[in-house]
Amino acid sequence: MTTETGIGASVRRKEDKRFIIGKGRYLDDITKPGQTYGYFIRSPYAHAKINSIDTSEALKAPGIVDILTGPDMEADGIGPIICGWGITSKDGTPHKAPAHPALAVSHVKYVGHQVALVVAETLQQARDAAELVEIDYEELPHVIEVGDALASDAPQIHDDIPGNLSFDWEIGDRAAAEQAIASAHHVTRMDLRNNRLIPNAMEPRAALGEYDAGTDEITLYTTSQNPHVHRLVLSAFNAVAPEHKLRVIAPDVGGGFGSKIFIYSEETVCAWATKKLDRPIKWTADRSESFLSDAHGRDHETHAEMAFDADGKILGFKVSTKANVGCYLSTFASAVPTYLYGTLLNGQYTMPAIYCEVQAGFTNTAPVDAYRGAGRPEATYVVERMIEIGAREMGIDPGEIRKRNFIPPDAYPYETPVIMAYDSGNYALAMDKAQAAIDYSGFEARKAESAQRGKLRGIGYSAFIEACGIAPSAAVGSLGAGVGLWESAQVRFNPTGSVTVFTGSHSHGQGHETTFAQIVSDQLGVPIDQVEISHGDTGKVPFGMGTYGSRSLAVGGSAIMKAIDKVVEKSKKIAAHTLEASVEDIEHSGGVFSVAGTDKKMTMAEIAFSAYVPHNYPADVEPGMDETAFYDPLNFTFPAGTHIAEVEIDPETGTTEILDWVAVDDFGNVINPMIVEGQVHGGLAQGIGQALLENCVYDKESGQLLTGSYMDYCMPRADDLPTFRVETINTPCTTNPLGVKGCGEAGAISAPAALMNAITNALGKEIDMPATPEKVWRAAQGL
Amino acid sequence: MYEFDYKRPGTIDEAAGLLNDDTVLLAGGQTLIPTLKQRLAQPEALVDLSAIESLRGVCPDGDQLAIGAMTTHAEVANKATIPVLASLASGIGDAQVRNRGTIGGSIANNDPAADYPAAVVGLNAVVSTDRRTIAADDFFTDLFETALEEGEIITNVTFPKPEAAAYIKFDNPASRYAIVGVMVAKTSSGIRVAVTGAGPCVFRQTEMETALSGSFTTQALENISVSADGLNSDIHASAEYRANLIKVLAKRAVAQING
Repeated sequence: MTTETGIGASVRRKEDKRFIIGKGRYLDDITKPGQTYGYFIRSPYAHAKINSIDTSEALKAPGIVDILTGPDMEADGIGPIICGWGITSKDGTPHKAPAHPALAVSHVKYVGHQVALVVAETLQQARDAAELVEIDYEELPHVIEVGDALASDAPQIHDDIPGNLSFDWEIGDRAAAEQAIASAHHVTRMDLRNNRLIPNAMEPRAALGEYDAGTDEITLYTTSQNPHVHRLVLSAFNAVAPEHKLRVIAPDVGGGFGSKIFIYSEETVCAWATKKLDRPIKWTADRSESFLSDAHGRDHETHAEMAFDADGKILGFKVSTKANVGCYLSTFASAVPTYLYGTLLNGQYTMPAIYCEVQAGFTNTAPVDAYRGAGRPEATYVVERMIEIGAREMGIDPGEIRKRNFIPPDAYPYETPVIMAYDSGNYALAMDKAQAAIDYSGFEARKAESAQRGKLRGIGYSAFIEACGIAPSAAVGSLGAGVGLWESAQVRFNPTGSVTVFTGSHSHGQGHETTFAQIVSDQLGVPIDQVEISHGDTGKVPFGMGTYGSRSLAVGGSAIMKAIDKVVEKSKKIAAHTLEASVEDIEHSGGVFSVAGTDKKMTMAEIAFSAYVPHNYPADVEPGMDETAFYDPLNFTFPAGTHIAEVEIDPETGTTEILDWVAVDDFGNVINPMIVEGQVHGGLAQGIGQALLENCVYDKESGQLLTGSYMDYCMPRADDLPTFRVETINTPCTTNPLGVKGCGEAGAISAPAALMNAITNALGKEIDMPATPEKVWRAAQGL
Repeated sequence: MYEFDYKRPGTIDEAAGLLNDDTVLLAGGQTLIPTLKQRLAQPEALVDLSAIESLRGVCPDGDQLAIGAMTTHAEVANKATIPVLASLASGIGDAQVRNRGTIGGSIANNDPAADYPAAVVGLNAVVSTDRRTIAADDFFTDLFETALEEGEIITNVTFPKPEAAAYIKFDNPASRYAIVGVMVAKTSSGIRVAVTGAGPCVFRQTEMETALSGSFTTQALENISVSADGLNSDIHASAEYRANLIKVLAKRAVAQING
């Protein structure tokens, strides 16, 4: 059904009103009676032994409630922070993960490492008291870069992990890839760096623990993308409270980009300490803490070799990557540079042989984990830079070389050599549209015009693919995931016909309250303002696995569809009884249930009312209209597309201006085109930020974070970005009931390669991200 | 932030009387307040100058323009009758900074990457204080150092109107301070070229001034080689890159003046 509020309509976001009028309720907006404030003392050193912590003076400070340390947590039996995904190395051994106490016990491993929680009546008092805590540190040698950490003479970060190596993983066929390279007409070889990023959600991380001594329940309010996962881990592994005595609420959350998936020290400590002290405790990160302690993103050093035949057909691809995982393995840190990376190195192409090996190294830096795209931007960057450079080296047009290698539209399902089975796609169609939109054939004339003005013009492609809708539990389980990745939904009709949908997906900017309501409105004919989407509270939502990996619609939306199916099935029985027909004769369309071939019908609202006022009701049907479904997909989804960027460089200053950007994406079916376009814009902004502006820098000598504020860490701003031109093509996904593929990460995945291909095309020379003005200037001047 | 006393005097004399080793002046607070918030300073008291009306305002006076020390960047951007000054002020920070930050606070702080020092030196302004007047060339002495004495309060900055001038700034992409900013001005006291952002403190590029005095053309700058010696080098820009920018921006400023 296509209506003004149904599937396919650009409905304005229902949630925006409360954000625009300042009525959003973020974590720091919540204050509890008797609340105290927590302040974390953090390590000023990159690596040190803690000889002693003396809290005696601080405990006399005004307003102090208590000061809690790592040994206190150990004494209470609180377990360490875990990594939830097991990776097996080439030699068959499991990955090595150091014990990660939520508060440091004997050593600190990075600048910002949580050492103690100071609890006081006010935040100022907590900070004042923190300055009175005497900590005797003994500095130890540190290492910042992963290449250095994996070298034989590197300082040891963890006593029980020799060589700082967490795992040495591989996928694909090494012999076949090497054979292809050895016998190829042409081999492109490159070293590529994927720069380290700091996520920078607008709302900093925060936690508020509240213990109820009467019920022995802990309620943890926290900035989470997946409150049920928080509850599961905090209960099962950290032993903060049994699952039925722990409620996790993630209220309005101001952006996540992956950084709020993970179970961090701070919320673990607050959940434990509130019971210990029997007082509510709130901690809200200041921006400096966010820079220091949010899980960072990316940070790969890669050597790649791509083999071509004389026509530019890819024969083999070999990739060796060193991934910096920081000082500890964060929640999904091991999955990101492995199964979310190596499995995507096939790109959109037919590649007979692929081999990828990844060494994950510990360093004295903040943990590194998933950040918008998570592994797939890294894969796309390697694939799309390599094919572009291959095209340049062989004198083939970069669009043409891709078309020669595209998997044809009739080849689906397509099994790649790196374990993925693509369900659907039409890569050439996306590229044709992108080339037409940007007037690719007119580029040379535009380049000549730029040259007349002393400017260097460049154009670059990215034909990306991603595996989204992170789900099939059987698949991820076989690859090492410690959890299932289904989703649940509950569709509850109220007697008056309005609907509340409880979803395990969590919206922290994505617009679920609109998109999911559109599905219900479309399928059941309920006016959209009569549909409420409830999420983010383990006390309300039956279960959930949360939002990441562009999975909310493909998995969470599909769960809603499954619950709707149950509503329809039950409604048919009620309609059949009421209309005195057989169930088989009841037809349903958009919330109207009619008897085939007659004008007898009932609306969804009438049926819902009768379900709660069952005066005339079938004996074999339960009263009420409240259906819950769990959905576990058959496969990942595979959004793909072509982006083309056009830039102009000022060779005197090295400034890059993005003149044009065309994005043609295949997201399968689209529920709300406006929200999809917004998601693409946001992803592009972050991808462009990575390629042009953002760079996390630690000082190698001191181990200090040099880019610890917006004075030095450059986020993209509106005037850094062009007017994006976004189109979609819609090849429905064949493995979920909505036919959707997911759109949240596409821009961030695709943009870095497109932009760097454009910049290096203009320069005629290779540089690494970010393409800062100085780097571009040096390349332009031949320095 | 640590606790401190807050005083808001109504006159310059009263303000001067409140100053001692443990007090600091608060102008727009764009540097001081973040420093306090990070607990990097612990003054006993702040002496807020915002209630002193005589320190505020943009006053054209014949061929010069006097700007009160407490005049915000936004007011200068909107009201300065010297176009290059208005445009320089409009490019400082962002709207929030421009609505709070003041010219007196900026030059007293003498951040090496601030814009105003280039205007003060490039346009050959005079800094007036509650004690004396200080010529631009004597005012900025080193990194975050000025000729101001202990407890001396800037009252206004007087700019002679240039015959023509242009300020070209290359923003730090993150902070939007100047990685390099170059002011080129034709003034009654000759051609002046002032450079901010590049070194520890604003400085005049005298070789360029001489060349432009001979021929006010971009060609006149072509053969000047700017040395990287003594220039700043950080994660955003090396000294060598800054040296390049000085020349490129100076040429662009000349080109802009020549239309």
